[in-house]
Amino acid sequence: MSAPPRSPVTGRLVRLAGGRVTLRVGPRSVAVGAASSVVVVVGALVSLTTGEFPLTLAEVGETLAGQGSRATEFVVLTLRLPRLLLAVGVGAALAVSGAVLQSLSRNALGSPDVIGFTTGASTGALIAIVGLGASTLGVSVGALVGGVVTALLVVALSAGRGTQSLRLVLIGIGIGAMLLAINSWLITRAVLQTAVDAQSWLLGDLGNRGWPQVAALGGLVALLLPAVLAYGRRLALLELGDRPAGGLGVDVGRSRTVLLLASVGLAAAATAAAGPIPFLALAAPQIARRLCGAATPVLVPSALLGAAMLLVSDLAVTRLFAPVPLPVGVATGLFGGLYLCALLVRMWRGSTT
Amino acid sequence: MPRLLARDVTLGYEGRTVTSGLSVAIPDGSFTVIVGPNACGKSTLLAALARVLRPSAGAVLLDGQQIANYRSKEVARRLGLLPQTATAPGGITVGDLVARGRYPHQQLLRQWSDTDEEAVVEAMALTNTSDLAERLVDELSGGQRQRVWLAMALAQQTPILLLDEPTTYLDISHQVDVLELCARLHADLGRTLVAVLHDLNQAARYATHLVALRRGGEVAASGPPAEILTEELVTDVYGLACRVLPDPETGTPMVVPRRPARSTTATNGRGGSADGVVRADG
Repeated sequence: MSAPPRSPVTGRLVRLAGGRVTLRVGPRSVAVGAASSVVVVVGALVSLTTGEFPLTLAEVGETLAGQGSRATEFVVLTLRLPRLLLAVGVGAALAVSGAVLQSLSRNALGSPDVIGFTTGASTGALIAIVGLGASTLGVSVGALVGGVVTALLVVALSAGRGTQSLRLVLIGIGIGAMLLAINSWLITRAVLQTAVDAQSWLLGDLGNRGWPQVAALGGLVALLLPAVLAYGRRLALLELGDRPAGGLGVDVGRSRTVLLLASVGLAAAATAAAGPIPFLALAAPQIARRLCGAATPVLVPSALLGAAMLLVSDLAVTRLFAPVPLPVGVATGLFGGLYLCALLVRMWRGSTT
Repeated sequence: MPRLLARDVTLGYEGRTVTSGLSVAIPDGSFTVIVGPNACGKSTLLAALARVLRPSAGAVLLDGQQIANYRSKEVARRLGLLPQTATAPGGITVGDLVARGRYPHQQLLRQWSDTDEEAVVEAMALTNTSDLAERLVDELSGGQRQRVWLAMALAQQTPILLLDEPTTYLDISHQVDVLELCARLHADLGRTLVAVLHDLNQAARYATHLVALRRGGEVAASGPPAEILTEELVTDVYGLACRVLPDPETGTPMVVPRRPARSTTATNGRGGSADGVVRADG
């Protein structure tokens, strides 16, 4: 353990289980992850206790332990807790999905909401709502199928010659634009009430959701997140290029496939649960990477930061705009749009100097 | 049988065949240099030897077994590859990039060990990059950057090291630095080296084993440079008329191209006398 005076490698080592487990983490990743976790915990307490029906922490605790009144049970277990869990799960899923796709495409714009995957999920959901008159569960399945099919289409069209990074982004943007047109057309075909339902789903909201969405999202995240984390270190190597990564012992084809499918699955699962939440998948991993000062994707800090961002956004729209809350997608759309402008300006400057 | 060889391989990309029926053996402990004209499949062969390109026919054998049957990490513990086109992520430090070379020796829950640390420190010392450890790769000069990539491949600590045009984009003094380093790795540390080089004189000077590929990816000749590097071989492989003289510094073969015979005034009126000299020699 007598480390040399100065290691050439940045970051710190976390030794667990008596040295059997050694993790290398970025210099500021622990701090960013911890700060995001604190925000999530505080946000959770605020969201459970405040609102139209204020509760004390003790009341919330009693209710969670199964000793609340019928009223507090309704407020906490039916309204607030699923919404809280959805915010955390959707935020984390979108952030990780964006981190993986941005890394695979080596482009900050390669996030699932920019390259059409979430639009495709919306198309799937709209087909379920308008075409099949589907229930909540049917809408979720439609969103999942739509997202995955769109991703396969974009990947198939952008495979082959040329730099896969820019091709993927440009073809994704094109497919996304086409799907937006299809989405509008689907809404015009619907009867009025269905059209209103569809339109409100398209705004991306955490309200009017319940335990079925939480369970579906939780199941998919529990399946896909470990896969992404297990393959996560390979992302950093794939960013060197396919041949260098192969030379370092990365099974390039399989790693790309697993990571891409998991990323699409996470984005589609999040969209199925909450509707399209714009820009979170674009912004959260980029902000996490900058805060961590990391040269490569930081998955765990991205997930925690994404959860914190969506939870705070949702609190803002429900508490500041009460009694008529804004859908959270409107808030992330506004802030994310600003972030996208800043990002494009910086990329443009970078390419012209 | 040598540890690494390609047997009757057909190589290509998406239906375009670069070479077929190619067999190349890498003698153990050699510094093998592969030369040949542009687009003859040198890099493609190197990629196949490193298992990053799968042959559509034939096989690459590593330690007597088909390389395709190994796990990727197992291959990467036996042979390292320094490809031509590697991009460093923006904002990465030199030390962190070199540390990537340790990946094949690590596991998901064992991401760093003292051995890793030692290998990185040693690789950086060998390549003279220790002082750059905290610098960003983006800020380095081409020569420094190439040494950093080489350090990454060295940190992998493989007995066999494949280098794809390690001297490209370097000025002549940096080219010599890199090649001298390779020669030291070969002579002092006993590594088997395989490099693709463009400069025939450098190839002849440093290689212990030379493989010359023709356009179309056939082996025109292979063996020690002093035995195979002749005027006929250069004409056969590159279609270039030349003289081969002993290198005044090392005595290894040195290729001196002839001026092409031109009857017109393409060389500004002085062409006539130059042509005369060439004809007199030939």
